[in-house]
Amino acid sequence: MEFTPWSALGGGLLIGLAAVVLLALDGRIAGVSGIARGLWFSGRGERPWRLLFLLGLVAGAGIWALAGGAVPLPRAHFPPALLVLAGIFVGYGTSLGGGCTSGHGVCGVARLSPRSLVATGIFLATAILTTTIVRHVLHIG
Amino acid sequence: MMPAQGTDTRPPQDARTHAGSGPAALAAGILFGLGLALAQMIDPLKVLAFLDVSGRWDPSLMFVMGGAVLVAGVGFRLVLRRPRPLLDGRFRLPAELPLDRRLMAGAAIFGVGWGLAGYCPGPAIATLGLGNPESWWFVPAMLVGAGLERWQSRRARSAAPMAPARDTANS
Repeated sequence: MEFTPWSALGGGLLIGLAAVVLLALDGRIAGVSGIARGLWFSGRGERPWRLLFLLGLVAGAGIWALAGGAVPLPRAHFPPALLVLAGIFVGYGTSLGGGCTSGHGVCGVARLSPRSLVATGIFLATAILTTTIVRHVLHIG
Repeated sequence: MMPAQGTDTRPPQDARTHAGSGPAALAAGILFGLGLALAQMIDPLKVLAFLDVSGRWDPSLMFVMGGAVLVAGVGFRLVLRRPRPLLDGRFRLPAELPLDRRLMAGAAIFGVGWGLAGYCPGPAIATLGLGNPESWWFVPAMLVGAGLERWQSRRARSAAPMAPARDTANS
């Protein structure tokens, strides 16, 4: 992949701005795994804002696509079973560890939370290790 | 979603105590989704090119995290000086718990899933509407995984009533 520092930085700034907007107006942390999990497992009054945030995520990417932005195509030889396995790991792990790239990696690190700093170091390490094994040992994807 | 005007005499308890503001959440979600798209994080190959440090390494994602942490770091500090958020009664920040095995094991397992397919929760949900079947496999599986963890934790707690008291044991 081509190194794209400017669009990466711009996207990061927007993500950070989204987190600040949610905290400033609603007083809540923009952690996507927790928001999605809470859609099923939280009290009735906690559900509408979660649903709207997640619909916003879908709409944001949709606006990007409608405006002519590049949209990724499905990988030709990527097994659906691996997507399902990956999804189960991501759901299980973020539920157990209380956060993902957004909740720990962005919001928690921004607050200098010790838990989030440790979690981010760990998930980056295991993700790098896993990708290395999948690509260079198992030759998938 | 709004009660009809004049007919509902109940006090708006829910709205004041924990409903949050829908439009603000929607706006934040849209900004977040646009950011993920602009940064190409909605493309798992872009994510894997960052995680694949021994291949042709693409450091772009460091700039995504850097930019996001920079804005959130400054913004959170300014926002948290206020007594409360603009549209809700109080800030809801995660409790500062000690480092424990749940956190570390959970982060490790999440990383394995992220590295397997290149999707973390935000990009996976954001791409649900782009006609790419990859996230249609991934997102339901993710919810199953979260449900499994919750079920296991609850069962472990109720199966060990005599276990040494932990903070969560009396809920």
